[in-house]
Amino acid sequence: MMIPSVPHPLGDWVRQMIPIPELAFLANALICIIAICAVAIGSAPILIYMERKVCAHIQCRLGPMRLGYRGTLQTIADVMKLLFKEVYAPSGADKFVFYLAPMIVLVAPFLVLAMIPFDHNLQVSNLSVGIPFVIAVNGFGILAILIGGWASNNKYSLLGALRSGAQMISYEISFALVLLFVVMVSGSASLMEITLSQSGTILDWWIFKIPVLGFLAFIMFFISSIAELNRAPFDIAEAEQELTGGYHTEYNGTAFAMFYLAEYINLITISSLASTCFLGGFFPPLIGVEAVDTILLKVPGFLWFAGKVVLMIWAYMMVRWTFVRPRVDQLMALEWKFLLPFNLLLLALGAVYIAF
Amino acid sequence: MQFSEYFILVFFLFLGAFIAACAIIIGKLLGFASKDTKNKFAPYECGMETYGNARIQFKVGYYLFALLFLIFDIEVLFLFPILTQFKMIMAGNTALNPVIVFANLTIFVTVLTFGLAYAWKKGILKWE
Repeated sequence: MMIPSVPHPLGDWVRQMIPIPELAFLANALICIIAICAVAIGSAPILIYMERKVCAHIQCRLGPMRLGYRGTLQTIADVMKLLFKEVYAPSGADKFVFYLAPMIVLVAPFLVLAMIPFDHNLQVSNLSVGIPFVIAVNGFGILAILIGGWASNNKYSLLGALRSGAQMISYEISFALVLLFVVMVSGSASLMEITLSQSGTILDWWIFKIPVLGFLAFIMFFISSIAELNRAPFDIAEAEQELTGGYHTEYNGTAFAMFYLAEYINLITISSLASTCFLGGFFPPLIGVEAVDTILLKVPGFLWFAGKVVLMIWAYMMVRWTFVRPRVDQLMALEWKFLLPFNLLLLALGAVYIAF
Repeated sequence: MQFSEYFILVFFLFLGAFIAACAIIIGKLLGFASKDTKNKFAPYECGMETYGNARIQFKVGYYLFALLFLIFDIEVLFLFPILTQFKMIMAGNTALNPVIVFANLTIFVTVLTFGLAYAWKKGILKWE
């Protein structure tokens, strides 16, 4: 947002008010943290409500209707319920690791949110190694699931964690390769630079800018990110019918809530990543007609960004409630025998496209 | 003193862990504790009597996939710096020769693709 190279009115104002640079930095850091927390923790209940409504309407139900206007207070009630549940570890559990897992699972989403450019001057940290950093940090999620499942002393948890680990590390490769494709065509690994390389009309977004290849890369990103998110149809890690919930079977109360929260913040971060890398980030979908474009440009950039993120999240939800879950061997075969060779081919074609 | 772009991320590294720690402590304080019985602490395995330890031996296949993952993840890591500059190199804006860079990249990726093909032929990718 305001640290240290990106100018921002609020950050400049804080720097003027506090003459000592170290203190001003700390104050700015605090503002950033509060803003990111508000975005993450504030939107998770809304997403959970949205998911329940989308799921219900796909299944010809109404979903939560009783608390508040059309069930809007349902998530608040659920949070209250989780707060008053007892938190305990089962017998034989490795207590330290058991409680460490929900802490580690929340590290990655906040670190990734700190990298996302929400608007021209709304970004916490603009690293030049943004994309590799995001991929590296995503590993925390796998680690948390693995140690959480292992520490629970439950066979279903262990199986779920191992499956999840195998699935997530496999799809991490195609996830990284697709992002590598974006890095190659845009010529920078910084998320802000990638967004700025898509300025112009809607046809300058990376999904449309390179004919066919860009769209294929977006589809690849979509598939592998569903697996990264551990969402259905790739949710063999927590398949209720087989594993009674997988790695978080033994978690209850607020410890379980952390896994749930991380899942929904991850949904936001991955959707933000998709809109940054493929859908033009905070740029409006200009169509080249001046009369329309002037109106589109009047809307602030972060609203466009939020709109694209909501669109992506809606797509993830539709996929989740429409497709059936593949078997574990089919899932691994899809990654290693189809997605990975296809991604390498995509990368090669992209290289050829740039070179000639 | 000039702070780098990385320094703020130290706060964010501990932010998530801090929130989770607070939530667990709040849960411990607020949660209504039920009576401690043997069955309460038993691992939930669909209602059957639990037997043995859950830290059992598991399939070696997981390790093979992890090894393959390591190879390809490091490939991605090696490709990142060169592909970031790929456009510049191909446009001839750097001291590097575009043809040699392209040939090197092709050889590097081809060798790894052969590795994948070998693993495929050996049946490692088959999940039983």
